[in-house]
Amino acid sequence: MQTAKQPIVQLEAVAKSYGAAVALAQLDLTVYAGEFFTLLGPSGSGKTTTLRLIAGFERPDKGRIMLDGQDVAALPPFARAVNTVFQDYALFPHLTLVENVAYGLRAKNMPKAEAHAEAEKALAAVQLADFAGRKPAQLSGGQRQRVALARAMVNKPRVLLLDEPLGALDLKLRHQMQTELKRLQHETGITFIYVTHDQDEALSMSDRIAVFSQGRIEQIGTAFDLYERPASVFVADFVGSSNLLGGSTLLRPEKVRLLAAGAEAPENHAAQPGVVREATYLGAVTRYQVALADGTSLNVMESNALPVGERLRLAAGDAVLAVWPRDAARKIGN
Amino acid sequence: MRSETLVWAAVAAIMAFLFLPIVIIIVYAFSAAPIPSWPIAGFALHWFADTWNDEAVRQALTLSLQVAALATVMAILFGTLAAMAVARMKSAAKEVVSFIAVLPIALPGILTGMALASYFAFWGINLSFWTIVAGHATFCVVIVYNNVVARLRRMPRSLTEASADLGADAFRTFRLVQLPMMASAIGAGALLAFALSFDEVIVTTFTAGAQNTLPLWIFGAIRLGQQLPEVNVVVFAIILFTAVPVLLAQKLIGESGRVAR
Repeated sequence: MQTAKQPIVQLEAVAKSYGAAVALAQLDLTVYAGEFFTLLGPSGSGKTTTLRLIAGFERPDKGRIMLDGQDVAALPPFARAVNTVFQDYALFPHLTLVENVAYGLRAKNMPKAEAHAEAEKALAAVQLADFAGRKPAQLSGGQRQRVALARAMVNKPRVLLLDEPLGALDLKLRHQMQTELKRLQHETGITFIYVTHDQDEALSMSDRIAVFSQGRIEQIGTAFDLYERPASVFVADFVGSSNLLGGSTLLRPEKVRLLAAGAEAPENHAAQPGVVREATYLGAVTRYQVALADGTSLNVMESNALPVGERLRLAAGDAVLAVWPRDAARKIGN
Repeated sequence: MRSETLVWAAVAAIMAFLFLPIVIIIVYAFSAAPIPSWPIAGFALHWFADTWNDEAVRQALTLSLQVAALATVMAILFGTLAAMAVARMKSAAKEVVSFIAVLPIALPGILTGMALASYFAFWGINLSFWTIVAGHATFCVVIVYNNVVARLRRMPRSLTEASADLGADAFRTFRLVQLPMMASAIGAGALLAFALSFDEVIVTTFTAGAQNTLPLWIFGAIRLGQQLPEVNVVVFAIILFTAVPVLLAQKLIGESGRVAR
């Protein structure tokens, strides 16, 4: 889609501490124009701090923050061409929706009539045209979320920062909004930097993902990279579910197949006998916990794609042979 | 059922204990007798006219209103600014400063009064209208401060951040976000401060020169046992004057409490 990758946000050797607590230790990060870039990590890993540094709510102790090739580390938030969708939405409770959405345009001295017309268009784009005159308190959580999105995007920022924007929504609405966000990003071409601790969300939406842990980036890559070629045990464990054989060899549960005990292992497959400890039928897949002969416990995810008659139906206590392609087990870090 | 009856009886007794004296004063204001006596022999309204035409009462009333108005203005300015400053502070400094900020209202009025009086004496400042205003401002500032600080505590930081994020500088954020959100808290604080200043006696005793505020005039009249019918009328008026702002303030606090959620 993009002809040449053009850096739009660059963090160079950025460090930030709060007193004795190190929030970010020496961070380097490049986000390219038009990307959907996700900062993924557990709470306290530094992903939100990174977002707040780009927005300008925090100043870095060290390092440069480049926006469109210009160092903005010393600029206040109102002088930066980025906008934020806040986790709690941060809608102004005393203003109507149209006033909320027009707020940024008015701050840039757009005449009131014009700003309100733009705001109404933006509200229509998120299916809230009929609510323009209401106050935020009169809306549901999902509606407030969409107002927050409209309020940020109406300013046509170079970069849109989203701080766990779907965290407060229920699952169904969250899936709906994920699709909606992806569509908006695609249509507008605005660069999205998205913070989340939800790996499913990160994998399903992002062009690239940076995995954070303890103030550092563990790995930057596509969903495919992170899942298939994790750079560290932390990434392997945090992204998807995993088996770690011998502490550092990764074997994803869905790569393992269970055969009846005594069966012969296919060519190029590793095989280990074991006993099923637990079988959980989940519809599309069945999840097993298998105790291998050498004492390790193996998580297995088997697809239920085969017709019922051809499937091996296993229960706790059954002896099995666990097999997996030799190249499916990867030494982490290589 | 029985225990409920007992509770209500207790409530009634306490309310009577608290409010009966006030009711009696109000009734006395309509008594025809020049010296309050029970039972009331006859009713008359002329004390109201007499009190209204009493030059001393008028002067005291004017002074009280002027002092309360000025002390309230100072309270709005300093109380709001102090609250905003404390809200931005980090935890350790915040504790200390907010303790110091509320100290004037925790201290007995007699201490505040004496301290101010000796301070004014030390610097050779003559007691005047302005020293009364300064004395009242010490506790009025705290009232507004407390109200605004409570409001700011419930106001998420993300609101001012969102304003800045949308391109508004600090002044615009203050005008369009912070001030509207603090307005009802400031208003409630101002009304309470006004009411408190209007009936203040102790600090005023130490900071007033030759002037008489309305409470001081009452105090003097009662001590001398003079003009008691007029005192009743004035007290009646003060009850009206102070009850209205207090009720309004409560309504403001209640309403904004709902909005802030």
